[in-house]
Amino acid sequence: MKSLFTFCFSILCLCAVVQAQVKITGTVAAKGKPIIGASITVKDTYDGGITDSSGKFSFTTTEKGNFILEARNVGYKTAEQNITLAAEDININFTLKEEVTELSAVTITAGSFEASDRKRAATVLTTLDVLTVGGANADITSAAKTLPGAQQVGEQEGLFVRGGAGYETKQFIDGMLVNNPFGTSVPDIASRGRFSPNLFKGTVFSTGGYSALYGQALSSALILESIDIPNRSEASASISSVFLGAGFQHVDKTKKSSIGINAGYTDLSAYFAIVKQKPDYFKKPAFYNADANARFKTKKGMVKYYTTFSAGKMGLRRPNINNATIKNAFDVNNTNWYNNLSWRETLKNGWKMQLGATYSTNKDLIDLQVLDADNKPTTTGINYIDTTNFALNRLEQFSQVKVVFEKRMVGINMLRFGTEHWYNDTRIKYNAFDFSLKDQLTSVFAETDIHATNDLALKLGARFEYSSIIQKANIAPRLSMAYKTGKASQMSFAYGMFYQKPENDILQFTRDINYTKATHYIVNWQRMTDLQIFRVEAFYKKYNALVKTFPAINTDGTGYAQGFEVFWRDKKTIKELDYWISYSYLDTKRDFLYYPQKLQPNFASNHTANLVTKKFVMKWKTGFNFTYTFATGRPYYFMQNTGNKFEIKDNGKTIPYNNLGFSVNYVPQAGNAKAKTFLVIMASVTNVLNSKQVFGYNYNHDGTFKQAINPPAQRFFFIGCFLSWGVNRTQDAINNNL
Amino acid sequence: MKSLKIVFTLFMLSIAMMAVAQSEKYVQTMTATLQGMEQAKTAEEEAALAAKFERIGDAEKTQWLPYYYAALVKTRMSMAGQGDKDKLANEADAFIAKAEAISKDNSEILCIKSFNAMAKLMVDPMSRWQEYGELSANYLAAAKKADPTNPRPYMLEANSLKNTPEQFGGGCATAKPLAQKAVELYEKFKAASTIAPTWGKESAEKVVKDCQ
Repeated sequence: MKSLFTFCFSILCLCAVVQAQVKITGTVAAKGKPIIGASITVKDTYDGGITDSSGKFSFTTTEKGNFILEARNVGYKTAEQNITLAAEDININFTLKEEVTELSAVTITAGSFEASDRKRAATVLTTLDVLTVGGANADITSAAKTLPGAQQVGEQEGLFVRGGAGYETKQFIDGMLVNNPFGTSVPDIASRGRFSPNLFKGTVFSTGGYSALYGQALSSALILESIDIPNRSEASASISSVFLGAGFQHVDKTKKSSIGINAGYTDLSAYFAIVKQKPDYFKKPAFYNADANARFKTKKGMVKYYTTFSAGKMGLRRPNINNATIKNAFDVNNTNWYNNLSWRETLKNGWKMQLGATYSTNKDLIDLQVLDADNKPTTTGINYIDTTNFALNRLEQFSQVKVVFEKRMVGINMLRFGTEHWYNDTRIKYNAFDFSLKDQLTSVFAETDIHATNDLALKLGARFEYSSIIQKANIAPRLSMAYKTGKASQMSFAYGMFYQKPENDILQFTRDINYTKATHYIVNWQRMTDLQIFRVEAFYKKYNALVKTFPAINTDGTGYAQGFEVFWRDKKTIKELDYWISYSYLDTKRDFLYYPQKLQPNFASNHTANLVTKKFVMKWKTGFNFTYTFATGRPYYFMQNTGNKFEIKDNGKTIPYNNLGFSVNYVPQAGNAKAKTFLVIMASVTNVLNSKQVFGYNYNHDGTFKQAINPPAQRFFFIGCFLSWGVNRTQDAINNNL
Repeated sequence: MKSLKIVFTLFMLSIAMMAVAQSEKYVQTMTATLQGMEQAKTAEEEAALAAKFERIGDAEKTQWLPYYYAALVKTRMSMAGQGDKDKLANEADAFIAKAEAISKDNSEILCIKSFNAMAKLMVDPMSRWQEYGELSANYLAAAKKADPTNPRPYMLEANSLKNTPEQFGGGCATAKPLAQKAVELYEKFKAASTIAPTWGKESAEKVVKDCQ
């Protein structure tokens, strides 16, 4: 018995005593290059090491027996080798195979400024950026105009991208087209976008070469992604020089659902009484708007509904260009209702689904009346003056359904496909003429993301469309790729064909017309580190088909746009200063509408540059934001129909465009995460330096007199106070964590 | 029969002793690695430490402390800018998740979560403070609730407030009482074991001293 005890005891002692060390050394490499920081482990023991800057490792172990030695590094497949630990030292070299993962794979950047919030600090345009671009007045489009590729067109709304007209850019919310993204405007004055930047968590401003998931945009797509469940319940109120607003957002305790409602009233009469406007506003712009949202999380997805309604009017008088004693009075009434319902869900076996439905209706009542000196309707007896009178009653209804399926294939390779259907019903009554335009546009699309290695990504796609109104189909191939050229740098390339059916003002005259068409080629190099991003992009865009209205209405027009753009954003070099610089060079000509030959269109500048700076002074809890924009002059033309062609009777270039925008925001609770009441006071002014801005010229009937198109006022001033009362959710947060 | 009983007893005893030996090895290795933590300076040394903690955690499977320390090392590295800050903070997240899978509602782990949220905030304070500031504060509140005797939530809060300008509700006036409370708690605090977290006392004392 004693011997048994001794035996057991001695075995136990033996385990503890025999502690001879074995040294394990070796290297870890991939594709012949050493891997730094790879982790080596004798599996199920504490022993191991990491590789040094030359990919070498060395450690000792006291373990004995058969083990597995493992080498691990992010972006590579873990490698294992069986080892027997006895007395001799061991030398083992590992060669790792690359593993393509979402974290390490290169993403394609050609043509697009992706800004999914917070993913990286150096993203291009976050919601906060939109709110704090000096002089942009929290308008998404205005903020996007500080990015390369966008033109500084001040007399019309819309994004004019790389030689494209405003209608060549389309806006999408959660993948769904927005039919009327801007308020209805009067001639020569741009209107604001309908949507508040606060609705969105991410924006992608694509200046070309975008995915097959989007269509009917010849030049550019502004893709907005709405927020999911907000962080907290809150009530809000705002008062400013031009509007009043209030809202409430309720977030469920479990943060699984939320509902919200906002209402606002905008009225510029008080502002116009103080700041003189060039046109004589007999109806000061006034709008009501209300929106509501409901969102809830499903098992592995999210359902979101958003609706917004607005109604507004304005009227203004300006001298008639043909006769200074008479005036043109524009009167605009607009009602708009927009609905967006979306459902995204992660299904089994690597499938994902995204469903969307939108319905919107937009009603415009616009009329132009020629008035005499006493503002009474008048008839001059001069045909070209009297025919400027018109009354337009336009009702547009747009609905869309879209479904996209995504299947994750081997690794992170993806296949995406889907279909969408647009139904457009426009009824126009123009003076005595009635038009009805109905279009059923069906699209089918597919694309695949191929990641051969972490350093190479390829996106191949195609889109098929059929429009019932023109009874034509098109098929558009898309291709883009990216290659990692260094640790933080990469090169991208994009190619695609883009189709867009002609606008309604063409379709009301003829349906026997084809799609307009453009082909994009884009090459881009980008370097992005934590807080800095530099990119340079060159492009060539061929307009294969553009609408001609003279001598006949068809799509025989052609054109091109080429150039390069530079973007630099830096949040690092100067402490607490965030700035970006963008420069765009554009060379474009097109023969479209009634142009007699290829000309640089009146919405294109050759050089555009922006400097955006944002500085938050902690001491004063105040942010100072400056935006300086410069653009060389744009061409203008007077063309007259000489019977068989339009002839250029006069032309020139406007003076260069200069605009220094400034905004200041005082945020007393900034930095205080516990604040329940949150106050922001903001003031802004456009064109601080009072530079003369000329957007183009209007000509009289025979071209003997021209008048500059200027903004309605040299400057726009704004002061506002935004308050929110958050419901403190700390207790819920604690309960959810415990 | 009797001898069989003895053999069985001895057998059980030897297993128990092996377990003790195993656990002794765990404690010894952890102790040694923790000493390394005080000396580590370069990014390479820190990365090696985190890897070591990870190996211990992977081998032990039921211990949360190794992952906890791995997360702490990575968070410290992110704060100090010893590499890609966001990437390091995300690596810390992975360790936090592993630690939480073993030990839930753990005041110490909640502290690391708060500390890590602060590290993410620091990458780009202007655009991140609202989200991560709230998150960090919530984790601290949860950490206090989970263990009111833990001094670390108070120490972390005192430090973050001390580095927050007075205008934003920070500064010595608000930081000092919290630091004093932390010091008090540190004096009373009994670590669950020799390898359980004890860090942060000097930091709390420094806040008190700096705020004299």
